[in-house]
Amino acid sequence: MPTYQLKVNGTSKSVEVSEDTPLLWVLRDHLDLVGTKYGCGIAQCGACTVHLDGEAVRSCSLTVAQVESKAITTIEGLSDNGTHPVQEAWKEVDVPQCGYCQAGQIMTASAFLEKNASPSEEEIKNAMHGNICRCASYQRIYKAVEIAASKMG
Amino acid sequence: MSTSIASQKFSRRAFMRTSSLASGGLLIGFNLFNACKPNAAPPVDLASLNYNDFNAFIKIADNGAVTIFSPNPEIGQGVKTSMPMIIAEELDVAWKNVYVEQGVLDTENYTRQVAGGSQSIRHGWEPLRKTGATARQMLVNAAAARWGVAPSECTTSEGIITNSKGETLGYGDVVNDAAALEVPEEVTLKEIKDFKIIGTDIKNVDIDKIVTGKPLYGLDYKVDGMVYAAVVRPPAFGKKLASYDDTEARAMPGVIDVVKIGEKVRALLEKDQNASSIISGSDKVAVIARSTWEAMKAKNAIKAEWVDDSTIESTEDHDEILTGFLEGNKFETLRKDGDVKKAFAAADQVLERTYESPFLPHNCLEPMNFFANVTTEKVHLVGPIQTPAWKAGVVAGLLGRDPSEIHLEMTRMGGGFGRRLFGDFVIEAAEISDAIKKPVKLVYSREDDMADGIYRPAIKYRIKAAVKDGKVSAYHLKEAAINSNMYGLIPHFFPAGAIENYQVDVAKYGSSITTGAWRAPYTNFLAYAEQSFFDELAEMMEVDKIQFRLDLLRKVDADADENIQYDPKRMEDVIQLAVEKSGWGTKNENVYQGFVNYYCHNSHVAEVADVVIENGTPVVKKITCAVDCGVVVNPLGAANQAEGGVIDGVGHAMFGDFNFKDGTPLASNFDKYRLIRMKEAPEVEVHFVKNELAPTGLGEPTLPPAGGAIANALKAATGKRLYKQPFAKYPELMTLPDKEIIG
Repeated sequence: MPTYQLKVNGTSKSVEVSEDTPLLWVLRDHLDLVGTKYGCGIAQCGACTVHLDGEAVRSCSLTVAQVESKAITTIEGLSDNGTHPVQEAWKEVDVPQCGYCQAGQIMTASAFLEKNASPSEEEIKNAMHGNICRCASYQRIYKAVEIAASKMG
Repeated sequence: MSTSIASQKFSRRAFMRTSSLASGGLLIGFNLFNACKPNAAPPVDLASLNYNDFNAFIKIADNGAVTIFSPNPEIGQGVKTSMPMIIAEELDVAWKNVYVEQGVLDTENYTRQVAGGSQSIRHGWEPLRKTGATARQMLVNAAAARWGVAPSECTTSEGIITNSKGETLGYGDVVNDAAALEVPEEVTLKEIKDFKIIGTDIKNVDIDKIVTGKPLYGLDYKVDGMVYAAVVRPPAFGKKLASYDDTEARAMPGVIDVVKIGEKVRALLEKDQNASSIISGSDKVAVIARSTWEAMKAKNAIKAEWVDDSTIESTEDHDEILTGFLEGNKFETLRKDGDVKKAFAAADQVLERTYESPFLPHNCLEPMNFFANVTTEKVHLVGPIQTPAWKAGVVAGLLGRDPSEIHLEMTRMGGGFGRRLFGDFVIEAAEISDAIKKPVKLVYSREDDMADGIYRPAIKYRIKAAVKDGKVSAYHLKEAAINSNMYGLIPHFFPAGAIENYQVDVAKYGSSITTGAWRAPYTNFLAYAEQSFFDELAEMMEVDKIQFRLDLLRKVDADADENIQYDPKRMEDVIQLAVEKSGWGTKNENVYQGFVNYYCHNSHVAEVADVVIENGTPVVKKITCAVDCGVVVNPLGAANQAEGGVIDGVGHAMFGDFNFKDGTPLASNFDKYRLIRMKEAPEVEVHFVKNELAPTGLGEPTLPPAGGAIANALKAATGKRLYKQPFAKYPELMTLPDKEIIG
C-alpha cells in the first residue's frame, strides 16, 4: 500500500492508502477531518467540496494520487474558529436547517468570492447551483453569500 | 387561549426525578405524560411507535450555568433550539447562559422522543413550560426559605431571584437547597405577553459547529476499533439472495470479514408484523473493512445471485393497477356524508378529474448509516434516527436482549423527511455487529440509499364533484395507492364538512416495493390534486377562486363534527393574509398567480405562486406563504422551515420522478434524479399569523400547498392544466400557446 504526503490545512500529513482512494475518504476516515461530507460520490451534490490550490473541487471524485503536492483546504482549515467572512455570514443569516450540506456550500462560496468579490445575483446563483441543499435553504444561502461578498469586497 | 396562562395543578407523581447531582447542582425532570393530554389525536399514523413517557431535563450548576437537554431527535426542523427555548422561558434564565445538549433515548424519563408528524413543539408546549416553571418555583422557594420570606414576595429575572428588600440570589446559589425541597404541586406559567425568549429570533444551537465542520452527524461518529460495513442489497424489489461468492472481495485490501445477514431479521418478521412493511425478507451480504472506501469497493466485488421472491413490478404495471382500482369497486369508505350517488344523478353540472403522482425517494443528503456495538454487557447504538424508542425495542427483539441493555444515542441528522422513521439500517447495523463482535459503522452509498429506499408510494386520485343550483352539492374523492392509504383525520380535512354529500374512498395494491412516510404523507400530493380541482370547479361555476373557497368554508360547522379539526375562521384568516401580502389580483399582466389554502399537521396555510414569462417560458418566481401555527416559538427558525417546506414542495412537484423497470429503480444517484437547486428555487415570503394560541406543526404544513399553487399559476399563464407530477416531465404543458410566444 503506497504512502502519500498531503498538505492539508497547512500541515503535512502522511497516509497509507490505495492509490484510487478518493480524497473525501482520506480526509474523513484517515485524517479525522469529518467536516467534509459524503453525499453522492459522483460529484453531483457538492457536499464534499474542498479547496485544492484555492479552487473549489469535489473531493469524492479526486483520488489521493491526484492531489499529492497540492494545497488542500477543508472546512476545518478555512479559518480559525469560524471567522472567515463566509462563515460569519452563515452565522448572521442562520442558514442551516439540517446543516449537512453547509460545509460544502461554504467551501464553494468562499472559493467563488476569492475570484469574484462583487458578484451579480446571477453569478452567485450560478456559482452555488452545483451544491444541493436538500432542506432547500437556498434563500438563506443566497443571502449569506451576498453578505459575505459585501464584507470581502 | 386563557388556559395557557392559568395556574397549573399536577400531582406529586408527575415527577419522575428530582435529585442532587454528585457534581453539585439540580437535575430536574418532569413526567410530561401526565400533564400532556392533547385533545386531538395527531393526524399521523405513528400508532406503531412507542409513546411512553416524555421528559425534559434541566441541569443547573452551582455557578448558575444552565444545561437543558433537548429530548427529541433533530432532523433540521430546529427542535434542538426551540424545545429548550420553551423551558428556558419559564425557568426565566438568560438564553446566553443556556447550554443545550441532545438527550439520549430514555424511555423511563422521556416520552415521545420522535421526530415525526410535525408534533414535537405541539406536544411539548405545555409540558416543557411546566418543566421550566416548576424548576423556577423550587429555586424561588429555596431562596425564600433562606431569606425567611414568603416565596410570593420574590421575583425572578434572567436567573436572579430578588426579594422585596432588593436582596438577590443567583439560581446557582440556591440550587443545592432547591434540590432538597418538595416539588410544588402548583406552578404559574408566564403570560404570553411577558415572554422574553419565545417569539425572539434565536440562532441554531449547533451553528458554530456546523459552519466549522465539527463532528455532529451519525456519519461523523467514531470510536476506537470501529470498522465499516457496506451491504450488498437486492438489485430489484421482489428478488432475494440465492448465493454469493466472496473470494475476490475477501482478498481485497482492508477487508476484514464478509457476513450474510438477514436470518435474524426473518425470525423477527415472523414475530413482529409491524416490522414487515419496511424490511425486505431477503438475505444481504455485509462486507466489513477497516475504512469506508475499502468496504464500498469490496462490496462491488461480491458476486451475488438473486432469484425472484415476489412480484417483479414496473411503473407501467403500477399505472395499470392503480387505474384499475379507480375504475373498480374495491374501495374502503373513510368518510361518508349524505348520498353522493343521488346528488350526482340530480346535478346540473358534473366535473371529474384524475391526478397522478410517482414514487419519491427521500434523498436525505446524509445517506443512511448507523453505529452498533453489540457486546455481552450491552448494545450500544449511535446515529440518526427519528424514532429511537421504536428501533431500540426492535433491536432488543432482534437480538433477544432485555430492553434495558439497549443504549441509544441520537446524533444530529442530515435530513429525515420521514426516511429515518424507519430504522431498517439500525437493525442491519445491530445484526452485523452481533455477527462480527466488533463496533461497526454501517454506511449506505448514495446508490444504496436511493435504490433500496422506503418510498413515498405512487398514488392516483380521482375527484368528482356535482353542482346544483349554483352550489357544490357533492364531492367524491377516490384514492388508489401503493401499499397503504391516507390515514387518521386526513379524510376529514377541508372540504369535508363544507359539502352536504361527501365521500372519501380508498383502495391499495400490495407491492413488493417498500413504501412509507415522506414529508407530509399523502397530503404532499393530495393538496395539489384537490386545490387544482377547486380551481377547475370554480372556473366551471364561473365564480371567483378565492370566493369559491370562502363560500365553502363559511358552510362548515366544525363544532358539529369532532373529526373536523381545521378551524374555518383560522383558515379564512390565512387566506385573507395571503391575498393581502401577495397582491392577489393586483399584479401586472405578466404575473400569473395561483392560489392554495390547506390544513394539515394542525396548522393552516395559504400560498400564492407568482409565475412570470421569461423568454417565452413560464418561470415560478415567487411564493407568498401565510401560516397560522399558533405561537411561533423561534421566528428565525420557523421562517427557515416554512421557506424550505415551500421550496421542497415546488422542487418535488416540478422535478421529483422515480420509476421502476422490473423492480429496479431507474435512478440511483443525483445524475439521474433531479432535486431542486439554487437557480430553480423561487423567492419565498413567509407571513405568520400573530396570535396567542398553542403552537401547532410547522415542519411539514408549508410543503403540500406549493405544488397546487404553482399548478394553478401555470394554468393561468399557459392555459394548460397539469394533472400529473412531476410537471417538468411534460414540457408540452409548460409552454405557452403559439400566439403568446410570438409576443
